[in-house]
Amino acid sequence: MTERTPVLEARNLQVTFTGRGSRGVARAVDGVQLALHRGEIVALVGESGCGKTTLARTLLGLERPSAGEVLVDGQPLSYSSRDLTAYRKRVQLVLQDPTGALNPRHSVYEAVAEGLRIHGSEVDEGVAVADALSRAGLRPPERFFLRYPHELSGGQRQRVVIAGALVLNPDVIVADEPVSSLDASVRGEILALLLRLREELGLSLLVVTHDLGLAWNIADRVAVMYLGRIVEEGPTEEILRSPRHPYTRALLSVVPEMEGMDEVVLTGEPPDSTRIPSGCRFHPRCPVVVSGEAERLGIVEACRGTALPVLEVSAGHHVACHLPPDSN
Amino acid sequence: MTTTVPTPTPTPISASPKSIARARRKASRRAFAKQFARSRSGMLGLIVLIVFALLAIFAPLLFPATMLDVTKATGMPYEPPSLEFPLGTDVSGRSVLALVVWGARVSLVVGLAATVLSMAIGTSVGIVSGHYRGFLGGTLDRFTDWFLVIPFLPLAIVLATVLGASMLNIIIVIGVTSWPGTARLIRAQTLSVGARPYLERSRALGAGNVHQMVRHVLPNVMPLVLANTTLAVSISILSETTLSFLGLGDPTAVSWGSILEEAFASGAVSQGAWWYIVPPGLCVVLVVLSFNLMGRSVEEILDPRKGAT
Repeated sequence: MTERTPVLEARNLQVTFTGRGSRGVARAVDGVQLALHRGEIVALVGESGCGKTTLARTLLGLERPSAGEVLVDGQPLSYSSRDLTAYRKRVQLVLQDPTGALNPRHSVYEAVAEGLRIHGSEVDEGVAVADALSRAGLRPPERFFLRYPHELSGGQRQRVVIAGALVLNPDVIVADEPVSSLDASVRGEILALLLRLREELGLSLLVVTHDLGLAWNIADRVAVMYLGRIVEEGPTEEILRSPRHPYTRALLSVVPEMEGMDEVVLTGEPPDSTRIPSGCRFHPRCPVVVSGEAERLGIVEACRGTALPVLEVSAGHHVACHLPPDSN
Repeated sequence: MTTTVPTPTPTPISASPKSIARARRKASRRAFAKQFARSRSGMLGLIVLIVFALLAIFAPLLFPATMLDVTKATGMPYEPPSLEFPLGTDVSGRSVLALVVWGARVSLVVGLAATVLSMAIGTSVGIVSGHYRGFLGGTLDRFTDWFLVIPFLPLAIVLATVLGASMLNIIIVIGVTSWPGTARLIRAQTLSVGARPYLERSRALGAGNVHQMVRHVLPNVMPLVLANTTLAVSISILSETTLSFLGLGDPTAVSWGSILEEAFASGAVSQGAWWYIVPPGLCVVLVVLSFNLMGRSVEEILDPRKGAT
């Protein structure tokens, strides 16, 4: 890992939700370590319900961590309302569903200018909005000013949302499933746009997705999340070529583009985050444990009982698994 | 990157965004008017209301104010309808037609003003109680519940008695007793708007609560407010009639309710003077019905489920 200070970092981040009644505490995010460097694209991959979105929202300051901290340029994020407002100029959110993310009663111009108005920016609003729209690939921008969201295509709406984020010249964009509600043809365009923005503006991007294929296409680094914790993290190439964690392997084996891997279909649903298994949280579903291989290797006790630190496999590649590094 | 969808209505690039926005709003108002014109019941209600409004506005020209003066009455008590008095005369010999036309003024003004007041309270309480979860929202919600379960009439009677009889007080009494239904409705809509992703986006952009409520929630509950307004007007007019009939209205002003009260008190029923009772009653029914017809049409056009802007 580089020595530079990450733009955005989660340190031992924990977010819990207390449900009504006595259903216990849901540990949606449970001890996450994650760093996002300047100009870097990190993909956060995991199943539905594993806490990806909660992690993203916490990094944005929309959710307060119950333990651990979010570091911005090495400084802990302050939750006073003035500091948060300043922080929100720097870190922007792009949501999954652009149709829902735009107020149906606001024109494109208003939607994009909203950030400027909230922060009382002194720049020329019209110019800034036009600039953001054209950077987001809506050209000529003036033609889109007075359109309403329902008059645009899904891809155009997502571009408007991205323009709304760009208008404040942020350092970081957190994109929560930015393309999963879009057509395949539009997907590529939006991904190309995100890559171009990184190139041109030096943006850092945290892309939350359930799609490893997407991570493969755009990310520099991939973090795989399971049940509130990052179980494997490293450079995209390395994660995809030689995944260490059985969970990552299982995810990868069902990506159609991956050849030469036996398909591993996991059994069962991920457990409820109110009842996180002891030891390795993945062990009830882990193919290595289920097949008895863990027993043969003599680590099954550890799998069931010993909580895991995240171990470094090689430089910048971390994994949380009891399997000895040389086994495959 | 080749997504250039042809614009249906090319907008001149030179114009400023604000002026185009205004043009745009004008166009959507025109579309609304067009749709409304197509609704037969809505138009019927509108026409009846326009007739009543014109009568109310021009009442002093049609019937000089002296015609309301008991001491200057020209007819005999309880004269049945005739050419001179198309709707007969009242107990003091005044023309009932003149009374009814003048009564429209008070009834409409009180009805509209009380509605505006009630809508303002109901919408603010509804949005605030729906937007803020936790203590403030909960408290306001209970407060709404509390007002909702108090029977309207006793509360209004007590308030009117305490405040004293005047037109302004009647407006206040109706306004502060009739908002909880609106607040309920707006709160429910606010909760549903609050779950939309654009509020999350707005929060992530750094928007404060006021910004969120004014820029995002209000425009999205506005159609509901408008539709509810027309329905609330009829309730206000009925309330005004009721309170006046109970003798709590402004004693110096003629309203439909006060005409009915006087008719009832002077024994018009036993005299068989139907012309004294039916016209004001019919006017109340007609105006209330018209507002309801309009309200239904507006509601139908602005229904968010139909995707109209």
